[in-house]
Parts: sequence; C-alpha cells; structure tokens
Amino acid sequence: MGIPTRSFTREQRMPIVSGMLAFVLIIVVLQLWLLTATMNAYLGGDEAVIWPAAFASLLCFALNAGLLRYLRRLERPTSKP
Amino acid sequence: MTPVEPDRDTLSQPPDGRPAHEQPAWRQDFPIDWPQDRYVERRALVKFLTLTSLAFTVGQFWIVGQNWLRRREGAAEIRRIASLSELAVGATLVFDYPALHDSCVLVRLSEAELVAYSQKCTHLSCAVIPKPEQGVIHCPCHEGYFDLRSGRQIAGPPPRPLPRILLEVRGDSIYATGVETRTV
Repeated sequence: MGIPTRSFTREQRMPIVSGMLAFVLIIVVLQLWLLTATMNAYLGGDEAVIWPAAFASLLCFALNAGLLRYLRRLERPTSKP
Repeated sequence: MTPVEPDRDTLSQPPDGRPAHEQPAWRQDFPIDWPQDRYVERRALVKFLTLTSLAFTVGQFWIVGQNWLRRREGAAEIRRIASLSELAVGATLVFDYPALHDSCVLVRLSEAELVAYSQKCTHLSCAVIPKPEQGVIHCPCHEGYFDLRSGRQIAGPPPRPLPRILLEVRGDSIYATGVETRTV
C-alpha cells in the first residue's frame, strides 16, 4: 500500500471552492426565483410553465450536485507507490 | 502535476500524532488550523446550498403534483347563488363557491351588469371588501386595491387579479358556472 497523497494542495483548492460557492449561490438564487414565478403562474391558472420549470430546476440541482461531487473528488487522497 | 504529501496542508499536529488522513471524521470537520477551517466552512456552505437546491427542486415537483390533483378534480359545478330581483343595483352578496368555505362576493354594477370574484386576496388570502361607490375592491390587511369591473390589481401588494366567478342569468336566477384564474 502506497502513501496517500492529494493532487491539489489546500491553497490550490481554496480558489476552486470559492468559485464553486459563488456559482452554486447564483444557481440557488435562480431556483428561488423560478419557484416563486412558477407558484405565481400555478395560482394564476397558467399550467404551461409548470413542467419546463420543474425540469429546469432539476437541471440546476444536478449541476450543483455535480460540482459538489467534483469537490469531493479533488479532496480524495490518491496512493503514491 | 506532481502529487504532494498530505501533511503539507497541516500546520498543527493532532494530539495523537497520526497524519491528517488517519484522523477521525469529527477532527477533520472541526480543524484546529485557521486555513483549513476556512476551507471546511466554504465546503460546508456549498453542501448546504446544494441541499437547498434539492429542496427547491422538490418544491417544483410538489407544484407539478398539486396541478395534477387540481386537473383531476375537473370543472366546478353549476350552482344557483342568488335571485336577481333580491339584489339591488350597487348591492353585494357573499356566497360560497365552488366549495363550502370558498368565500366569494357578488356585486350588481347596473341593471344588466353583474360581477363576482373570490373573496380571498391574492396577496395573503385576507377577505376583500367591495366598494361599488368607488369602483374598487379593497383589501384592508395590506391596503391592496382591485378594479371592481375587471378584478385586476390596481394598487398595493397583490401579485395577481382576483379569480373571477363566471356567472349566468337564467330568468330571475343567477348561477355560478365556473372559476377563472388569471396571472395578469
């Protein structure tokens, strides 16, 4: 078994996680707007936007989950022989 | 890229002297060193925001479910709500439609003009009060105003027009035949 190593130092990962945080924050604000707009449309009887908005929100979540998974991968130690 | 030793990130040695990757999870989540703590708190915020993102997505699909249930209920039934001869010009009448506790208000604008709206304000569901002499419907909770003829919001916080109750006059009877919701 080799010595566990990381391909990125903490100093290198810090700007990555900060950029990721800004990106995720923007997406979450977008989702909040999408939810309120869809609720307004639903209560107003406009059904045309409900399914597209749900899929757009799902896509946003998948993007956020993917970024979090990428961050986990960056942290995962790799073995050096 | 050249791999680096894990201990390069560690400033303070843990009490048991073992390397960082062998430390228990709780010690990795609550680090001693400030730089590591700053990194962990940013990562925790990303996790929290991703969870918030999931909650918003669940909310979107909850609306999809509610819409499906609403469509399944179908159109509202036709029901007699008042007698035309009993309602003078300028008079108002409160009635329930389509369900028992869905309060609505009927206003006779002129001999031939009748309008009816849901009494729930589209802002926070307070009961609205028609004021035929001013041509408005007033919501006293947050000073919202709707136009009496169209039901559209004209002042205050309401985001949508009042749902309109569709009416039909047959002889001397006034019937409610459906509910029309609108976004603008």
